[in-house]
Amino acid sequence: MSKYIIKRILIAIPVLIGITIIDYAIMCMAGSPLEMLKGPRVSEAALEAKKIALGLDQPFYIQYFVWLGQLLRGNMGYSIKSYQPVSAMIASHLGPTLLLMGVSLLASLLMAVPAGIYSAIHQYSKGDYAVVTFSFLGSSIPGFFLSLLLIYIFTVKLGWLPSSGMKTLGTGGGFWDVAQHMIMPVIVLATSMAGSNIRYIRSAVLEILQQDYLRTARAKGIGRFKVINKHALRNALVPIVTVIGMEIPVLFGGAVIVEQVFSWPGLGLMTMSAITSRDYPVIMGVCLLSAIVVLVANLVTDIMYALVDPTIQLD
Amino acid sequence: MGINMNREEKKIEKKFRKKTKYNMTEVSGEKRNAAKDIANESFFQMIFRRFRQHHLAMVSLIIVAILGLAALLAPVIAPYDPDEIVGTFSGAPCREFWLGTDQIGRDVFSRLLYAMRISLLVGIMATVISTVVGVILGLIAGYFGGIADMIIMRFTDMVMSFPYILLVLVAAAIFKPGLWNIILILGFVDWPGIARLVRGNVLSLRETNFVKGNLVAGMPLRHILFSEILPNTVAPILVYATSVLALSMLDEAALSFLGLGVQPPTASLGNMLNGAQSLTVLTKQPWLWIPAGTLIVVLVMAINFIGDALRDALDPNSRR
Repeated sequence: MSKYIIKRILIAIPVLIGITIIDYAIMCMAGSPLEMLKGPRVSEAALEAKKIALGLDQPFYIQYFVWLGQLLRGNMGYSIKSYQPVSAMIASHLGPTLLLMGVSLLASLLMAVPAGIYSAIHQYSKGDYAVVTFSFLGSSIPGFFLSLLLIYIFTVKLGWLPSSGMKTLGTGGGFWDVAQHMIMPVIVLATSMAGSNIRYIRSAVLEILQQDYLRTARAKGIGRFKVINKHALRNALVPIVTVIGMEIPVLFGGAVIVEQVFSWPGLGLMTMSAITSRDYPVIMGVCLLSAIVVLVANLVTDIMYALVDPTIQLD
Repeated sequence: MGINMNREEKKIEKKFRKKTKYNMTEVSGEKRNAAKDIANESFFQMIFRRFRQHHLAMVSLIIVAILGLAALLAPVIAPYDPDEIVGTFSGAPCREFWLGTDQIGRDVFSRLLYAMRISLLVGIMATVISTVVGVILGLIAGYFGGIADMIIMRFTDMVMSFPYILLVLVAAAIFKPGLWNIILILGFVDWPGIARLVRGNVLSLRETNFVKGNLVAGMPLRHILFSEILPNTVAPILVYATSVLALSMLDEAALSFLGLGVQPPTASLGNMLNGAQSLTVLTKQPWLWIPAGTLIVVLVMAINFIGDALRDALDPNSRR
C-alpha cells in the first residue's frame, strides 16, 4: 500500500513539473511585466535597473529555475494590481470557496447516489425515465443560465433569497445568513454535477446487479431488501468514489462562473477579476494550486478504491 | 434480472396470451420474415433500427434538424438584419418584433437565428479540431508505444489536471477573444478524452489477429493505421464526439456570457445572455435572455440524447 502511494507520488512529480513549465511559458507569452511600467515618466535607465532587479536579463531557463526556487519557498510572486503577495491573496479567498465546494459536493452526492441507485433498481420504470431525463437536463443546462433563472424566481419574484455575496452587508453574518446566501449557488453547482453523476452511478449499479454474486445472493433467498442493501450497495461504493474524484476538477471550474454570478467572495471571483485585469501572477498561482488539488484528488481517489474494495490490488 | 423476475414473468405471460389469439402458423411466418430481415440488413440499417427505439433521441434528432436548418437559412428566415437598429430600445414582443428588441433596438428573433449559427459553428469546428488532434495523438501513443506513448500520455495528464474551464478562461484572457480564437482554444482543450479513448482501443486492436495478419503480410503502416485500426474505433469516437459537441457549446456560451468569447456585435447564444447581468434586463425584460438560454438548453440536451441513443445503437454487446 505505502509502496503504491510512493510510486504514485513519484509519477505525479514529472506531471507537476510539466505543469509549472506550461504555467511559466504561458506567463512569458502573456508579455513582460516591464511593459506595465512603461510610460513617459519612466526613464530607460530605471527600466534597465528594474529589469536587472527582476532578473529579466537572464536567459529563459535560468529565469524559470529562479521562479521555481521562489515557488518552493512559498513565494508565488506579487499581484500586479494590488501588490499583495499571491499566496496571501489565495489564502484569504480559499475559505469561502472550500465551503461552497464542500457543501455542493455533499448536496450533489445526496442527489445523485439515491437517484442513481433507485433508477438502476427500477430500470425502465416511469421513475427511472424521470430520473434519467432530469439528469440529462442537469448536465445540459448552463450554470449561468440556471443561476439567472433562480435569481429571477427566488430573488426578484418571490424575494426569498439574497442574490449576491456571502453575508448581508453591515451584519456579522452568522450561520443562517451564510446558509441563505449559499442556497442558490449550491443548487447550481450540485445540479450540474448530479446530472452526469446520476447516469454514471446508474450504469455502474446496473452492471453490479448482473453480477454472479448477486444472482447467488438472490438464489439463497435472503430477500430483495438484503440483496440490494447488503450486497449491491456495498459494491456500489466503488463507482461513488470515482464520482467524487471526477467532481473535484469540475467543482473548481464551475465555481469560477457561479461565484462570478453570485458575487461569492471566493477564489473564482478573485480569478475572474485577475483575468479581466490581466493580473498574470495571480492567474498562474490559481492554475498551479488547482492543478495540485486535482493531482492530489486523483491520488486520494485511487487510495480510496483500495479501502472500499479489498480485491483491488495496488502495486 | 431476478429482481425484475415478477415483472418479466408477467410480460412473457402477456406475450403468450397474445400469441395464442392468432393463428400459430401465421405468427411463425411473420417471425421468420422478421428474422430474415434482420439477417440481411446492412450495418447502417441495424444502427438506425436500434436508434429509432430511443424515442427521445428521435424527437431530439428532429429538433436538431429543424434548428440546424433554421440556423443555416438564417439570412432567408430572419425578418431583419441582426446588426441593424430597426425598432425602439428594449421593446416588448409584439407582432412586428416577435421576441422584442434589445437595448439598442435590434430585433431579438433575427439575432437569435444568427446566434444559433455562430454557436453551432463554434461547437462543430471545436469538435472537429479536438477529434482530429485526439485521434492522431491516440493512434501514435497506442500503436507505437514506448517513449512516444509515455510523452503523449504524460502531456494528456497535464492538460487534464488543469480544471477545464480555468484553462479555457486563461487561454481566452491571453489570446484576444474572438470567434476563431474561441474555436481554436476549445478545440485544443477538448482532445485528451478522445486521445485516451483511441489509445485504449488501439492497444486492444493491435493484439487482434487481423492486425497481426496485416503485419505479417507486410502491409504499409498507413494502411494498417487508417484502413484497419481506425474504422474499428469509429463508433466510440463518434459517441464521444457528440458529448464534446455538447460540452463545447456549453463552454462557448459560458465564455461569451463572461465577455471572453464571441464579441459583440456578432451575436452568439452566450453573449445574448450577457445583458442579463444587469438588473433591469433580468427583472423587466425577460424576452432578452430567456429565449437564448432556453435555446442553449434545448440544443445541448437534444445533442446529449442523440449521443446516448448512438451509444446504445453502436454498442456491439447490445442484443437488440
